[in-house]
Amino acid sequence: MNAISALVTEEYQILPDPVTGVVTLSGSLRLAGSAEYAPIGEVLEATVAAHPEQITIDLRGLEFLNSSGINMLSKFVLNRRQSPETAVVILGSAGIPWQGRSLKNLQRLLPSLSLRIE
Amino acid sequence: MQVFGDYQDQLTSGTEYLVLCFSPSARPLKERWRNNGLSAGFMADYMATFFTGDSRGIKSAVNFIANELLENAMKYYDYTTDIPITISLYLLSDRLVFRTTNAINKAQVQGYQELIQTLLNRDPEELYFQQLEHNFAQPDLPQSGLGFLTMMNDYQATLGWRFMPLLLQPHQVEVSTMVQLPSGSL
Repeated sequence: MNAISALVTEEYQILPDPVTGVVTLSGSLRLAGSAEYAPIGEVLEATVAAHPEQITIDLRGLEFLNSSGINMLSKFVLNRRQSPETAVVILGSAGIPWQGRSLKNLQRLLPSLSLRIE
Repeated sequence: MQVFGDYQDQLTSGTEYLVLCFSPSARPLKERWRNNGLSAGFMADYMATFFTGDSRGIKSAVNFIANELLENAMKYYDYTTDIPITISLYLLSDRLVFRTTNAINKAQVQGYQELIQTLLNRDPEELYFQQLEHNFAQPDLPQSGLGFLTMMNDYQATLGWRFMPLLLQPHQVEVSTMVQLPSGSL
């Protein structure tokens, strides 16, 4: 199995684990538009490809996400309509207010998605 | 002058407010992008000091909205002018009011006003999901078009715009964008 590269900067960390199918996003994501978010979308897609049974996106350490980032996550979720065999789990934190406001929209895009805000 | 949506010229005097001004032509957009986050984060921390108790909701909402407004102002600014971009935040008894001003090229006005009419006249929830499907079908679109819709849908914000001709700059128009966030939604 090929390793999937983590993306780590001063502002944010994207840590994929292809063995467990967990991708952990943390920090603050304020990238400019779709092109800058593309590498993160690619990490998510590569993780699903390596672990097609289930992907868990752990956002419990993601303090900030701009609307372009919401778009990137939504695209990823919409893509899963083509592969209903993959269970999608999103982990959020009740202590990070944007997550309570905005993550519910992902569930509407993919009703089978499991959203757990802890 | 043209006004769309809920735009108020006169905000109650005596309120707390904060104004930041940027001279946008000084450095390339990519280098300044990070400053949007710093500015939005500062505005969030500043406003939170006026609230007692748990201020995480206020901070998070101010941070998101100020950041989106600054991103828009920087993206659509007409860099052939030297008119500063401003962002103001007013604390009123029942709401927070954000206002950005920036100059755009006259050629952009019609398209922007058509977008505004759509935002004001359609159900924001329906538009939000329609926009996501549109972005999904056309993955090469550079911008998501989700900023205002997220403010309306997830933050219960109301929006307004004012377009003012600039007498000394006939090719540009000053756009002021107002976002009002009711305290009850924080």
